[in-house]
Amino acid sequence: MSDTHAETAFIRTEMLAPELPPVTERGAIKWLRENLFAGWLNTALTLVSLLLVVMLLAKILPWWLNGVWNATSLGECRTIAGPEGGACWAVIKARWHQYIFGFYPQDAYWRPILAFALMFVALAPVLYYGLRSGAKLIGVVAVLTVLSLALLDHDITHAIAIAALMAALFALAWVAPKRLVYLTLLYPFIAFWLLWGGSIWKPVATMAGFAVMALAYRVIQPRLGVIMATSMGFIAACLYWLFVQGLITGALSGLQPSLPAVNSDQFGGFLLAFVIGVTAITCSLPIGVLLALGRRSDMVLIKTLSVGFIEFIRGVPLITMLFTASLLLQYFLPPQTNFDLILRVVILVTLFAAAYIAEVIRGGLAALPRGQYEAADALGLDYWQAQRLIIMPQALKISIPGIVSTFIGLFKDTTLVSFVGLLDPLRGVTQIVRADINWKGIYWEPYIFVGFIFFLICFGMSRYSMYLEQKLKTDHR
Amino acid sequence: MAEAQTKMQVSDEVAIRISNMNKWYGTFHVLRDIDMTVNRGERIVICGPSGSGKSTLIRCINRLEEHQQGEIVVDGTELTSDLKNIDKVRSEVGMVFQHFNLFPHLTILENCTLAPIWVRKTPKREAEEIAMHFLTKVKIPEQANKYPGQLSGGQQQRVAIARSLCMKPRIMLFDEPTSALDPEMIKEVLDTMIALAEEGMTMICVTHEMGFAQAVANRVIFMDQGQIVEQNEPKEFFNNPKSDRTKLFLSQILGH
Repeated sequence: MSDTHAETAFIRTEMLAPELPPVTERGAIKWLRENLFAGWLNTALTLVSLLLVVMLLAKILPWWLNGVWNATSLGECRTIAGPEGGACWAVIKARWHQYIFGFYPQDAYWRPILAFALMFVALAPVLYYGLRSGAKLIGVVAVLTVLSLALLDHDITHAIAIAALMAALFALAWVAPKRLVYLTLLYPFIAFWLLWGGSIWKPVATMAGFAVMALAYRVIQPRLGVIMATSMGFIAACLYWLFVQGLITGALSGLQPSLPAVNSDQFGGFLLAFVIGVTAITCSLPIGVLLALGRRSDMVLIKTLSVGFIEFIRGVPLITMLFTASLLLQYFLPPQTNFDLILRVVILVTLFAAAYIAEVIRGGLAALPRGQYEAADALGLDYWQAQRLIIMPQALKISIPGIVSTFIGLFKDTTLVSFVGLLDPLRGVTQIVRADINWKGIYWEPYIFVGFIFFLICFGMSRYSMYLEQKLKTDHR
Repeated sequence: MAEAQTKMQVSDEVAIRISNMNKWYGTFHVLRDIDMTVNRGERIVICGPSGSGKSTLIRCINRLEEHQQGEIVVDGTELTSDLKNIDKVRSEVGMVFQHFNLFPHLTILENCTLAPIWVRKTPKREAEEIAMHFLTKVKIPEQANKYPGQLSGGQQQRVAIARSLCMKPRIMLFDEPTSALDPEMIKEVLDTMIALAEEGMTMICVTHEMGFAQAVANRVIFMDQGQIVEQNEPKEFFNNPKSDRTKLFLSQILGH
């Protein structure tokens, strides 16, 4: 240690250039080593899993690939497939329209298809507010719609008219994406008219209920304040719908323009699942928000009602609620009221989902720091402004995963309506198909088909929620 | 700072009057017989040990906390459970919090324009001009389109001050505005507050920054156990404290 100084002193004369990491530490090799072959246990598990996958595929793939697409009965399928066996996809080919539309009249298929396409147009401003992505979505949907109409509908004028309509909507979405919100507001009435038909004045008369609500609000608000005005407006609208609207629609029912009426018992398959699922999803979110706020309210009456409602609904199985919808409600309503079964089911499914959504949102509300409320208060924002501008945007963002999984659960639960005699795709339609002498004994194929479509839809919702979470991420934590 | 002191004039007009005010949390008596008057243009520093009720006191002034007894009159409006009065007072009184409480889902500019647009009904364009004016004043106009999460603590607190100023308040309340900040950021926030004081803003500030108190305040209030123990001009307060409790507190806070 004589000349320590000379050993510790160091001057770099040239800078080192950056180099790639060693071969085993980069790219696919690194990934394989870290994820599949890290240690002997990991390696063993990887090999066993691989073996299992191979065995499973060896069993299923031949059956799957040897599937028969053209046959008129299960017996014919089996003959064609031969001794090694194969899936009988022919049943889907023969009966797909029932899985999609139930017993909806064939010459009116363009109506649910158009309603389905318009649903995406109505959703575009909600999903991608003010963005061009909405127009792209509409464009894709438009092409698919026109294609399916060209294939399905014998009347080519439908396809042409709808192509023109969709092109116009696409142009509108491209030029002024925010304007589409008006269509979103009108969509429930348009869809109702397209699906059930009848005179257009029926949905218009229903819409007038909202005008009644707005009018009552306008009149009462300056005198009694926002809360009284809102509740009185709501009550006025309900009274209108219960007692006045029936008379008006009765008087106007013969008027043009009108579409041939379709009865609720002709609905089935995924059409039914969508009608129930989409309506319930749309309505349950605002109701859930109100219930969540109610549960956190300082006002004892509102709080008790919200807690009671939420706990009651969550404590009762959905099937019980559906039976209530199909049987009990009829006893409580005035005689001769023809309260549509689908409507009753939709209302109860909505309330059911709203209770769950309320609890999910309450979780989001609880996660917000108290300082957010205080800052909003200190700036002089009133309760509803603070909720709308500060609290809800953040609470809903936190709750997105929970909300979407509730929605996915709700959509799958629509299959339970088969218990009250509606034709859901899973049990209702499949039972009918299997009752057919030609397809008696078929088992896997319809379930695989229905399951696959459900998976596509639910997976889509889940991916969208992930996109939304990314888009709204502004906290940079 | 001496010439700044002379510029800051205190008027005779009463901005806040609190008389015989009592507050309880459940059965715990947090504020006891508070009597104080704040004149327009006055800059008051409230200090005291933690749990002495100083934050609770200023939170009563804009009704973030409710008092159970006595009277609080802010700008001629008495604070009762009447929501209209509360909203009126809140829009006249700005508040800056220890943890900033910026809205993380809005940009800095949106944070500043939100209340003017929705409470004051200012047109958006005009609200943005006002916001940029105050953001320039707190020296961060270039951050206007960022989100709060992207800013440092000191910058966030200055945004919070700008956000309050955008409502053109007549009174500003500061609830330990520098307690959550790193030492090197405290100065930038204090400088902003000093600049504000020099313009004659009525300020009540709960803080442990005794340098700030000496430079800016024209009255220091010392609180302990929910009551006002001593109040005086800063020079007298620091050099010649009267009560033993104040002396102990000052020796602990200045003694190292």
